[in-house]
Amino acid sequence: MVSMVGRSVRRWWGLFTLPTVLAFVVGFVVPFVMGVYLSFCRFTTVTDARFIGLGNYRAALSDGEFWHALVYTVAFTVVTTLVVNVVAFAVAFLLTKAIRGANVFRSVFFMPNLIGGIILGYIWLLLLNGVLAHWGRSITYSGVYGFWGMVMLYCWQQIGYMMIIYIAGLQALPGDVIEAAQVDGANGRQTLFRVTLPLMMPSITVCSFLTVTNGFKMFDQNLALTNGAPSNTSELLALNIYRTFYGRTGFEGVGQAKAVVFFVIVAVIAVLQNRLTTSREVSA
Amino acid sequence: MSERIRHSWLWTVLFTVVSLLWVFPIVLVVVNSFKNKAYISRDAFSVPRGRAFVGLDNYARGIERTNLLASFGWTVVVTVGSVALILLCTSMCAWWIVRVGNRVARFLYLLFLFNMIVPFQMVMFTLSKLADMLGLNTPWGLWIVYLGFGAGLAVFIFTGVVKGIPVELEESAMIDGASIPRTFFGIVVPIMRPSIVSVAILEAMWIWNDFLLPYLTLDMRKYKTMSIAIQYLKGGYGSVDMGAMMGCLVLAIIPIIVFYLVCQRYIISGVLAGAVKG
Repeated sequence: MVSMVGRSVRRWWGLFTLPTVLAFVVGFVVPFVMGVYLSFCRFTTVTDARFIGLGNYRAALSDGEFWHALVYTVAFTVVTTLVVNVVAFAVAFLLTKAIRGANVFRSVFFMPNLIGGIILGYIWLLLLNGVLAHWGRSITYSGVYGFWGMVMLYCWQQIGYMMIIYIAGLQALPGDVIEAAQVDGANGRQTLFRVTLPLMMPSITVCSFLTVTNGFKMFDQNLALTNGAPSNTSELLALNIYRTFYGRTGFEGVGQAKAVVFFVIVAVIAVLQNRLTTSREVSA
Repeated sequence: MSERIRHSWLWTVLFTVVSLLWVFPIVLVVVNSFKNKAYISRDAFSVPRGRAFVGLDNYARGIERTNLLASFGWTVVVTVGSVALILLCTSMCAWWIVRVGNRVARFLYLLFLFNMIVPFQMVMFTLSKLADMLGLNTPWGLWIVYLGFGAGLAVFIFTGVVKGIPVELEESAMIDGASIPRTFFGIVVPIMRPSIVSVAILEAMWIWNDFLLPYLTLDMRKYKTMSIAIQYLKGGYGSVDMGAMMGCLVLAIIPIIVFYLVCQRYIISGVLAGAVKG
């Protein structure tokens, strides 16, 4: 049914939708379509593209550093998703109990999230190199050092953010259900694992996927903290793609093909999330 | 009961310790910003005393080397302009999409949804070249780029809000003779205000801190945002002037802390609004 408002509004598309749509075409649609097309071309700028079929994808998939970056990124994402969500949930759970100063703690934990990735990277460069200097090493000593450095940085940045979402979820829980469980004789642990956690599944899924996608796409922190050193062993996927593009001329096509692969992975994760958030929810 | 209270105090003490550890990285940067650059890498944990203490030298050198004050200005111009444009255009667009609801509107909505799952690396090369060709490599050109690339999330949140507004309100306004723009700005926008604030916060946090998009799009000879200016301190393969770096980091963090202290409530509502994003 089209309402009266709908019929009158439709004629106003020039004012209401055209600005956004024009910017959207310039800022997204055309770059995206061109990006997909260019992944099948050899080029150095957008005007000298020559179609070469799947060559770029073959080159991308036979690039050892790309696979290293992929495995490195997956490991990074798994570790950080687990740590961030477990810690953030625990902190949120405790802070929703009657703890004096809970508001102050909440503000403190959230604060790092507002700071940009480049700045975060250099803050942690100072701290980690300061600590490692006692052993005469630095964060770029090996890819493993870079890995744990980025894990710490990312946890510091994300725990407060996820904590906020968990606190909102916990505060929206129906109090009577938890009370009913306690009246029925459930102890604290049973209430947490059998009642609270299942009811919190929507928040848990949202937070998990936010951590997964943010971790998978992480770039700025990687660039500032290690910049891939030593010899590209601490490179996450986004940085690997960037350096393929801008590091060597003649590899732009390979970079674009890697970017398409990257996009497909991120899109699959997003679609999975959508499925899960709609199916896993338990209602009270 | 008394045991419970003691229990709670223990938690307060524990969380106080953890909170202090949590802010330690930032305190460390502040302390080192007063230290001679040679001492920073030698011992980051010492207190700047005697010859190690250089007063505000690092700040002066940092500002001079990065032209940080100009970058601060450009960051403000880019962020404020982009957020204002995004709020205005996407709220109007979202209202049109929901109220019209025909095939075109649904198709547009799907495109905006699709936009949300595309990582920037996918379009970075083509977008920066296109922006360059169209002359959008200026801070005000970035307003349009951000509106285009960032439209998805804003349209998505706003359509959710408009769907919850009873259409009868707008109908009665129009029967009373209000024009379409008048109905939108007089009736719909006031109802949408809380979500407009949330989206403003979300987009501002993104754009203020964004590095790669402005770095690839802006004309680097003329305009740098703060993140870019700080990254430029590192330059090539040379060593970093850690002293100037510390000064710049502190100066970059101060506006964020001030913003946080002033708008904390809205920031939290923004975070929760953004939690729908995948």
